Amino acid sequence: MAMFLVRRLGLMLLTLWILSVIVFLAGQVLPGDPGRAILGNFASASAVKALDEQLGVGQPLLNRYLEWIGGLLHGDMGLSYSYRTAVATLVGGALLNSLKLAALAFVLVVPLGIAGGVIAALNAGKPLDRVISVAGLSAATVPEFVSGIVVIVIFSTGLRWLPSGASAGPGAGDLTQFQHLILPAIPLVLVLFGYIARMARAGTIDALAADYTRTAALKGLPATTVLTRHVLRNSLLPTITVIATQTGYLIGGLVVTETLFNYHGLGNLIFRAATAKDFPMLEAGVLTIGVVYALATLGADLLLTYLSPRLRPAPRARTAASTAASAQASAEAAQ
Amino acid sequence: MTDTTVNPISGPPVGTAAVVPVQAPPARWQLLLRRPTFLNGVAILAFWIVCAVFGGSFAPHSPLAQDLLATNAAPSGAHWFGTDQLGRDVLSRVITGARDILYVAPLATLLGTVLGTALGLVMGYLGGAFDLIASRLVEAVLALPAVIIAFLFIVALGPSTLTLILVIGLIFTPLIARTVRAAVLAERDLDYLPAARLLGEGPAWIMAREILPNVLPAVLVEFTVRLGYAIFTVATLSFLGFGIQPPTPDWGADIYANYAVLPAGYWWDTLFPALAIASLVTAVNLVTDSVEQVANG
Repeated sequence: MAMFLVRRLGLMLLTLWILSVIVFLAGQVLPGDPGRAILGNFASASAVKALDEQLGVGQPLLNRYLEWIGGLLHGDMGLSYSYRTAVATLVGGALLNSLKLAALAFVLVVPLGIAGGVIAALNAGKPLDRVISVAGLSAATVPEFVSGIVVIVIFSTGLRWLPSGASAGPGAGDLTQFQHLILPAIPLVLVLFGYIARMARAGTIDALAADYTRTAALKGLPATTVLTRHVLRNSLLPTITVIATQTGYLIGGLVVTETLFNYHGLGNLIFRAATAKDFPMLEAGVLTIGVVYALATLGADLLLTYLSPRLRPAPRARTAASTAASAQASAEAAQ
Repeated sequence: MTDTTVNPISGPPVGTAAVVPVQAPPARWQLLLRRPTFLNGVAILAFWIVCAVFGGSFAPHSPLAQDLLATNAAPSGAHWFGTDQLGRDVLSRVITGARDILYVAPLATLLGTVLGTALGLVMGYLGGAFDLIASRLVEAVLALPAVIIAFLFIVALGPSTLTLILVIGLIFTPLIARTVRAAVLAERDLDYLPAARLLGEGPAWIMAREILPNVLPAVLVEFTVRLGYAIFTVATLSFLGFGIQPPTPDWGADIYANYAVLPAGYWWDTLFPALAIASLVTAVNLVTDSVEQVANG
């Protein structure tokens, strides 16, 4: 178990390292002058040159990468071009806001997705199943800003039940903040619903076909007992992985949702950084999403290993089953 | 995906196994034509393709013509879908807006499928150190949502149609490679591969002529699934201002240009392009769902 943990952590660090190289290189592609970007068009050429030197623009790529990554490891994400403050402070505040929105979406989507998947499985092959599956798949691939527009048109401009912006303004009470977050959460719920329902459906169908389910039914147990005590217990394991790995995706989907609803979270920060060509902020934001995703995946793997004795890696012969299961789960979560 | 393997009983003798593509009966794909979901999806797709190709000739107005005296006009007899902030006819922009996304998304998916299939074949067949290193790289790319990585690179490179196709295609490559690799691994232990090697076939020939035909259904399913995500990605990037650039009519870009006036009650500027995207995505999903069902038997 300890060995498994060490290897899993090692893999995570390796992935994060490669990711940091990719993100760093993307930031270097842009031809341009960071000094000019920070100081603006009216600064003197000598001031720009001095700042460039201070930022190490002329130095070799490797030196700049080492400096950047060294700073990151000490919690120093550099200086934002457009805000001229430490990126770390901006990212920290934005991450907190994003987590609030993501948490609300999760609380809504997990029960809905599981219920949808189980209902579809119980009606496998029937029209209801096909409706849930195709609707779930469509909801998962309709961009968040599309469903966002539709819910704003219906609930905000049409019925006038809820505000269309996500930020409640300073000093707003918890209830007001909550009201402002309901509409932005819906597009996220729609996107995640399809994935969770799909996994719950597949798991339930497998469990329904298993011998222990037949035994339980033949013992004369009531159908609801068979479902809750025998089927669901086994069918929801893969779903848990999907739910946990979706955390990272959710944070990514926030770029669009937060922009549409004008909410000051991590996604909106990335969007503003991109529009302003503020690369330190953009790189820090993207890398933060990568870290959140990596941690969520790690958490999902550990949780799954803990919950399911079959997936514990000790006996050599069984590791194949474990990798297959997690590969399948992460394939579902790929988007 | 394993249903494409060689049938052990009726499989041809070893000597000819190399040449005969085993069990790819065309009849199976004809089943698609009997599926209402498939036909509905194709009908919607066909509608948008007609709009994309001929839209300019039957759109009621020019999609670029501005009428600054009639901005944000509500839907009426003259403008069925109303006009946008610049007084352009929304209906005409929705019709002609199908064009760019309908060639950018498929080309990007095609690029990703070709490169991803090649990479997946090599990773799965050769294995070893190459597979290990490539797998790590694939995982690093997968550690972020595709939209975010695409966004990062397009911001750095500057948006253009070609950049969009290249970046999305390259990001899809590892995703598709992983699926193909898994399908290849399932083939690797089958008897026809040692047989082919005994015939003296080289690795490149074996991958292209022996394994590829057998993993083709998996590739096809992956292509249709990815096409849906390509549309998602292109539309999203356009909405963020880094996809298809104005004034070219495009659904995502039009929503980006007009969503600020939505709270003021001008819903027609954004709702109609949004519904157009939703219908296109749904159409692709109906097709995907049917192809998946048929490919999996």
